[in-house]
Amino acid sequence: MSQTTAEKAHTSLPEHRVPRKKSFLSRLARQWDIQLMVWPGILLIFVFAYLPMYGVLIGFMDYSIFTGARIWENPWVGFKHFQDFFNAPEFLTIMRNTLAISLLKFIIGFPAPIFLAIMLNEVRHMMFKRVVQTITYLPYFISWVIVAGFATSLLSTDNGSINILLEKLGAIDEPINFLSRPEYFWSILVTSNVWKDIGFNSIIFLAAIAGIDQHMYEAADIDGASKFRQVFSITIPTIMPVIIIFMILAIGSLLSAGFEDILLLAVNPLLRDVSDVIDTYVYRIGLANFRYSYAAAIGLFRSVVGVILLVFANYLARRTGNSLW
Amino acid sequence: MIRLSFNDRLMMYFIYAFLILLSVTSFYPFWNAAVISFNMGSDTAMGGITFWPRAFTLENYQLILKDSRLFNGFFISITRTIVGTISAVFMTSLLAYGMSKSHLIGRKYYTIYFIITMYFGGGLIPVYLLVRSLGLMNSFLVYIIPGLISVWNMIVFRTFFKSLPVGLEESAQIDGSSNWGIYFRIVLPLSGPVIATLGLFTAISHWNDWFIPTIYINNDNLLPIQTMLRQALNSNIIQESSGALDSASLAYLQKTRSITSKSLQMAMMMVVTLPIMLVYPFVQKYFVKGVMIGSLKE
Repeated sequence: MSQTTAEKAHTSLPEHRVPRKKSFLSRLARQWDIQLMVWPGILLIFVFAYLPMYGVLIGFMDYSIFTGARIWENPWVGFKHFQDFFNAPEFLTIMRNTLAISLLKFIIGFPAPIFLAIMLNEVRHMMFKRVVQTITYLPYFISWVIVAGFATSLLSTDNGSINILLEKLGAIDEPINFLSRPEYFWSILVTSNVWKDIGFNSIIFLAAIAGIDQHMYEAADIDGASKFRQVFSITIPTIMPVIIIFMILAIGSLLSAGFEDILLLAVNPLLRDVSDVIDTYVYRIGLANFRYSYAAAIGLFRSVVGVILLVFANYLARRTGNSLW
Repeated sequence: MIRLSFNDRLMMYFIYAFLILLSVTSFYPFWNAAVISFNMGSDTAMGGITFWPRAFTLENYQLILKDSRLFNGFFISITRTIVGTISAVFMTSLLAYGMSKSHLIGRKYYTIYFIITMYFGGGLIPVYLLVRSLGLMNSFLVYIIPGLISVWNMIVFRTFFKSLPVGLEESAQIDGSSNWGIYFRIVLPLSGPVIATLGLFTAISHWNDWFIPTIYINNDNLLPIQTMLRQALNSNIIQESSGALDSASLAYLQKTRSITSKSLQMAMMMVVTLPIMLVYPFVQKYFVKGVMIGSLKE
């Protein structure tokens, strides 16, 4: 739309007639070429990000895809779908799973790469260090389909390595079909996530450690501090600001317990009681059961809480002297 | 070097042992899957295959490579990755170049307009309904168009463009180059490392995506390899956990009967992962660089 405004402006005002104080349109006309660079992007974002924000209104309607009605022609129902969700029998289970899974991922998945970075930093054989880094970064780049395939294969009763190992150790007598047992699901999920991300997520902390002033370690050596002591008295305190920022940011994603990983690992319906989180519930209810309005309402609830958490996280971050925006 | 104390040596042993264990854990799933894929299916069913194949065979791969649907899936994945990456990097960097101009009218508003979408979105269902109404269902374009602009990558590009020396552009301007000419002839050629880094991340996400086709594509001829692999893996699990079968998965099961055995699945997984494993060692440094530029706030 404004592209045409820009073009019109360009043709209507030849340069020699531009008055001393240039008008808005003439300034726009003079830079039509760079405006033309940004407008395709603006339009694409309008369609694929802003139109769905408008589409979320169906959460307050009884939308039906079969009547062929335009969005605004559907009957308004206010907060009915939100109430339905809060009163649904599965509501508590879903909230429990969402919070529990994201907390578990945070408690275990967050410190793991920090420890890895600290350990990698102590390694003096550069070749060894590089090999470890290359191998541990690799899982980050493969798809969740493959990760889930690995997990399914290793945990299955059909030549699954975990079962073979546990049987050899005498821990179990019979192979266990781990991925059909609800009590193991959270551990499997968190382990797969740590396995996939630990190496790559350590990069940022390794960089933070690399920025530490080496003189501090030299001084500590002279004072006779052990390596072990140096880790706790120099390395960790120095990278603490980075750690705190990432911790605070994690608050913002408290409701994103995961999506791809859960969809792919919890194929067995027996796991639903422990695997259903908000995002997977929206997917199942909306796209498999066609309850678009209800699912859109839940999705909106999730984004609104997400934004509130993010603003809160940013408030905390700002108080520590950092900010997202 | 100062001699390490007993405790420090203990710590170093622990660190080395831990890192070796972690590396083995990171690599074992790949290795085990490869071993199973090279083992005869009937033999694998007897169990006990871990570090080395017992009955070596290539027949799993022969069977898989005979499957023309898989070839089609590969073709779709490769096309999508190439077209999707090039077009997204071009559109996003072009936008970023425009946005890097401090005299761009409306720049402040545009920035806010873009940033908002990083924190708030309509969610899965409205996007799905939108894509439907745009007629992108069952179209190859659904792989390309919605992903053309990444706001995050735009910010990274813009930060980089702003760091380029101003003099270069000024001298080009004096020589009569237009802004588009400067973008193509000066800015893009100078942006090699950033383009490589962001392009690789974009390519990886295209290659690894299985979800977009799952919800938007019903036409088997348009399915990429990841989605096919997912269906093949699931058909096995569905088989094991009977009772939860709907008509779609039953029909699906019929079609994929030929690739349900574990050996064939592992062979398929190897084939899908191989491109990444082959490219990865050469481009690792760009990924690492990507983390660094990503963490630099504007």
